[in-house]
Amino acid sequence: MVQEPLIELEDVAFKYDKEWVVEHVNLAIHKGQFLGLVGPNGSGKSTLIKLMLGLEKPNKGHIRLFGKSVKKFNMWQEIGFVSQKANSFNSGFPATVYEVVRSGLVSRMSIFQLFNQKHKEKVYEALKEVEMEEYAHYSIGELSGGQQQRVFIARALVSDPSLIILDEPTVGVDSEHVTAFYDLLGKLNRERDLTLLMVTHDIGTITSHATHVACMNKSVHFHGSSEDYHDMTDEEMSEMYGHSIHQLSHNHEVTHS
Amino acid sequence: MIDALFEYEFLQNAVITGLLIGLVAPLLGVFIVVRRLSLIADALSHITLTGIAASLLIEKRVSAVNDWNPMYMGMAFSVIGAVFIEKLRKVYKHYEELAIPIMLSGGIGLGVILISLADGFNTDLFSYLFGSVTAVSRDNVWVVVIITTLVVLIVMLFYKELFVLSFDEEHATIAGVNAKTIHFLFIVMVALVIASAMQVVGILLVSALMTLPVAAALRMSVSFKQTIGLSVLFGEVAVVTGLFSAYQLDVPPGGTIVMSAVVILLLSILYRRLRSEEWWKGETS
Repeated sequence: MVQEPLIELEDVAFKYDKEWVVEHVNLAIHKGQFLGLVGPNGSGKSTLIKLMLGLEKPNKGHIRLFGKSVKKFNMWQEIGFVSQKANSFNSGFPATVYEVVRSGLVSRMSIFQLFNQKHKEKVYEALKEVEMEEYAHYSIGELSGGQQQRVFIARALVSDPSLIILDEPTVGVDSEHVTAFYDLLGKLNRERDLTLLMVTHDIGTITSHATHVACMNKSVHFHGSSEDYHDMTDEEMSEMYGHSIHQLSHNHEVTHS
Repeated sequence: MIDALFEYEFLQNAVITGLLIGLVAPLLGVFIVVRRLSLIADALSHITLTGIAASLLIEKRVSAVNDWNPMYMGMAFSVIGAVFIEKLRKVYKHYEELAIPIMLSGGIGLGVILISLADGFNTDLFSYLFGSVTAVSRDNVWVVVIITTLVVLIVMLFYKELFVLSFDEEHATIAGVNAKTIHFLFIVMVALVIASAMQVVGILLVSALMTLPVAAALRMSVSFKQTIGLSVLFGEVAVVTGLFSAYQLDVPPGGTIVMSAVVILLLSILYRRLRSEEWWKGETS
């Protein structure tokens, strides 16, 4: 692939106080990929996302977004973000689904610019994409966790990004809606050629939906296509990232086979 | 009161100021409430009192100064207090709400000392605490007109930024919104509105006009726009009925305005309860 990666991390390290939470991370995400970034709790996945989004600064290494250093990057409208927090937002907040999705346009709008008819069409387009247009005038707090998360996907989609980063988006979504949520992401990845980076500890489900997988525990231990990941033997796995993940993936296989 | 309104300038001043405040206090109040900053208005109003006390003291002690408008000094203190609250919120990152009691008690502490040095409580001070129908001068009306225009304009121009910051601050930052600047602008607006509102509503009751109409609106609205609309409507109703009854009963308008807002709030809670009961019955039958 000659094309420049959308996100490129080069020997990135980061510490909170004195403890290193991310070390020697090299990772590249190319256009069109659906990369699942998996790892146990406290493995530095969410920190890595914060580093990519410029919310934290790395102590070592380089991060490039769309070929530009994250420090100088200013095309934030190209990157959509769906956080875990979106799930724990103030559910009494008085806003409609329409208003929430529309707020995603802020990154594309200049200062002092007011909302117009064109913005309205964009909002409905994004809502249609996630099959939520009939809920446009519902209060956001009335919806279920799964529906809310679709709305937050629409909020990310509305600014026409080339890349969407999702941080544990299925936390708080009931299990029967999780599959539908993954299907939606797969569809967006294939049909809109949208690049996706999803952080999750749910190692089983992600590997059957994502095109690529990266396993991380402070540093990245495996990065390759989902097929390669599935081809790995149990021994290779436990060697690669230790006991805890092995257990997790093993348990998963037991419950689903 | 209608006849008197045409006759007396002081009444006109009070009503005009009241209507303007009834618009901007709940308008900013919506953002204050959804960002869970309700108590900031309280802290700032107490600091405004310190400014008033300082102004009264200077007027008393320095013979060269007379006829100072205490409103200006109140405003200055309020804005400075707002800046300090922001600084303190940074210092106590994990206990952001600590900034509020620190500033509130600091303001009252200094205020009490200044008031005593200025020979204690008098009618002037009483009207600043609880509002007055007669104390608003034409000059003050103009100041409030300017501040109202400014606040409405800023809220309209920065509506999308204010909304996204209130709903999801992290998302706002990633979207490139300058959270620091907008937040600072917002808190200065709050400080100015509090200082403007004190003559009619009174320092001790200003924050009620920023929060009670919003609390009532939250019980009935689905969208953010609707919340703003209803909050302003409730604010205006409270101000008008409050001013009217204050004039009739000869009591400070702060009390009657806030009590009107309380009645509106109770009605909104009742309305919501009746509606959900109806819905419940419809569901089971």
